[in-house]
Amino acid sequence: MTEKNVVQTIHDTLQEEMQADDRVLVLGEDVGARGGVFRVTAGFLEEFGEMRVIDTPLAESSIVGVAIGMAMHGLLPVAEIQFADFIHPAFDQIVSEAARIRYRSNGDWSCPMVIRAPWGGGVHGALYHSQSIEAFYGHVPGIKVVVPSTPYDAKGMLRAAIRDPDPVLYLEHKKTYRLIKGKVPDEPYEVPIGVADVKREGEDLTVVTYGLMLHLCLEAAERLQQEEGLSAEVVDVRTIAPLDKATILDSVRKTAKAMVVYEDNRTYGAGAEIAATIAEELMFELDGPIVRFGGPDIPAMPFATPLEHQYMPDTGRIYEKMRELARF
Amino acid sequence: MATRVKESRARHRRLDLSDDDLLAMYRMMVTARLCDEAQFRLNRQGKAPFVVPVSGHEGCQVATAWALRRGHDYFVPYYRDMAVCLTAGLTPHDVFLGVFGKRDDPSSGGRQMPAHWSARRLNIVTGSSPIATQIPHAAGIAYAIKYRGADAVVASWFGDGATSEGDWHEGLNFSGIHRLPVVWVCENNRYAISVPLSKQMAVEHVSERASAYGFPGETVDGNDVLACHEAMKRAVDRARNGDGPTLLECMTYRFHPHTSDDDDRTYRSREEVEEAKRNDPILLFGNHLKQQGLLDDERVEALRAECKTLVDQEVDRAWNAPDPEPESVMRHVFAETGAEDGDEDLESHGTEAVPAEPPRADRAEEEEGDGR
Repeated sequence: MTEKNVVQTIHDTLQEEMQADDRVLVLGEDVGARGGVFRVTAGFLEEFGEMRVIDTPLAESSIVGVAIGMAMHGLLPVAEIQFADFIHPAFDQIVSEAARIRYRSNGDWSCPMVIRAPWGGGVHGALYHSQSIEAFYGHVPGIKVVVPSTPYDAKGMLRAAIRDPDPVLYLEHKKTYRLIKGKVPDEPYEVPIGVADVKREGEDLTVVTYGLMLHLCLEAAERLQQEEGLSAEVVDVRTIAPLDKATILDSVRKTAKAMVVYEDNRTYGAGAEIAATIAEELMFELDGPIVRFGGPDIPAMPFATPLEHQYMPDTGRIYEKMRELARF
Repeated sequence: MATRVKESRARHRRLDLSDDDLLAMYRMMVTARLCDEAQFRLNRQGKAPFVVPVSGHEGCQVATAWALRRGHDYFVPYYRDMAVCLTAGLTPHDVFLGVFGKRDDPSSGGRQMPAHWSARRLNIVTGSSPIATQIPHAAGIAYAIKYRGADAVVASWFGDGATSEGDWHEGLNFSGIHRLPVVWVCENNRYAISVPLSKQMAVEHVSERASAYGFPGETVDGNDVLACHEAMKRAVDRARNGDGPTLLECMTYRFHPHTSDDDDRTYRSREEVEEAKRNDPILLFGNHLKQQGLLDDERVEALRAECKTLVDQEVDRAWNAPDPEPESVMRHVFAETGAEDGDEDLESHGTEAVPAEPPRADRAEEEEGDGR
């Protein structure tokens, strides 16, 4: 076991995977000499050489498109999109191509690749360095979307993503990179894609969340316990698609109250799907309304501190909503 | 005359094409033309909801695809490339399984529209309808080939309209930077559906764009089979020898509307189309073979009749082939674990073995033996 932050864990895991299998290579903007703007691939160029650490032209569509071709010829590319906000030029390659190659060829071809992208706000990234993109891709069958939020999950899910026979969008919340630390086993292991995790057990309500919000929800749950004696169960979905409905529903069945917290724009976000699933399955077992807490429906997160804070759900507001629902 | 014939024959011999190769190429072109005529007939009969014509493009398609090694090199086509894919190893039966959306359609099992070619066993790479999206894939496959130190070559075909897409630029740029073993083949028929070249680009030739990517570009008469083949062979050799990509532009013409749903009378005159048909590659190549003494009118008719019988048979056979099972709509979203799908034969979407004709498989083995 070693104590690490999220970004160091991703770096180490990717390095281990590349050491173990020479089909794995990385490509993206500034991944070579610079080692990635977040330093995820620091030292890779020296260790693995130019053929496996590809500084691509500044062209996101072909970063994904070229990786698709590599995957179709038996390599296991890990494509880095520098910020999730810049992934939109590659939308067609992800949605119309990567996600459909197996389906449209009736299972003849496949596209085992990973697209890594740092997402999320709270770092003064403003409109174009803060976005949540999981809902766009969670809507698309054929690609898996994962959002690990702890060093332990980051390692296990990156390994699982690289070994997955289908394309995986691996989203890394950039505020968790250095903020969140944890014990990480030194030996290789996988955290299965499509399996949610109960990060905190409780009886009075269920909070379903992911990303940076997981950590805020855990803080709020702790405060709720101490100040009110109410216990919240916190479910980390970890995978946006395919969603682990069973774990979510089991928890809500137990507590009879559900709240969904996410930082994406509230409307049509992943939380909407989670809330709808709970409503569909557990309507008559609920003791309160399903609460959805997300970002406001403005185009994207602003830069100035008061504006950014106003956008992001924070521990205080999450706590208030949790308490209100628990007492309902 | 005799001298001309001799020179001309020397020309195809220099290209390592035997007389039999030329006849097989001609037969392939005629087969594609007849498949096209049959699929349009089926469309008008209401038996085929949507078809994509190839007529007019057979010359440059067969000539360029012929320079690759079947089952070894990679074919990354677009929807107009029926003759490319027949040359790569699909059969007329496969074509009509696709036209009718049948279960055993090798391209997609009836999931995609017809003409969205694919067959992994033949290295025909699955494509979509959005234009030029296959270009970065071809670059990625070529990168993987280089990475593995393999000697395969990738060729990707596209129309003139594709060259306006960002993906086209990004893919060619990437291939130039890494000197990848890929040949980019533009089938320039002067129209992207209705939009003429003059509204697609401000330069005269697509091939001029190659200089921006640091590799050679060449424009050839796309209706001259030997010229196309010669240029393609040069490009394939360059790619296989590690000298990087080539952009080859074949000037040709599409005789039919863009698809069965298009009406080309709205954007080009009948006179223009009729004029273009005077340069029909099948006509020109047939004349060449007659000059060589390899064909005469009678043999042309006999060959056409033979191919037509075959195509008609394959239409009937494909029409009577099984449809996809409705429940199969849920399959292949993600990899299947196998056990729970025991009632389905995972291999059932394949086609028959690679057909013997044209005589390319033998040649591929010889080439493999030459230690390159």
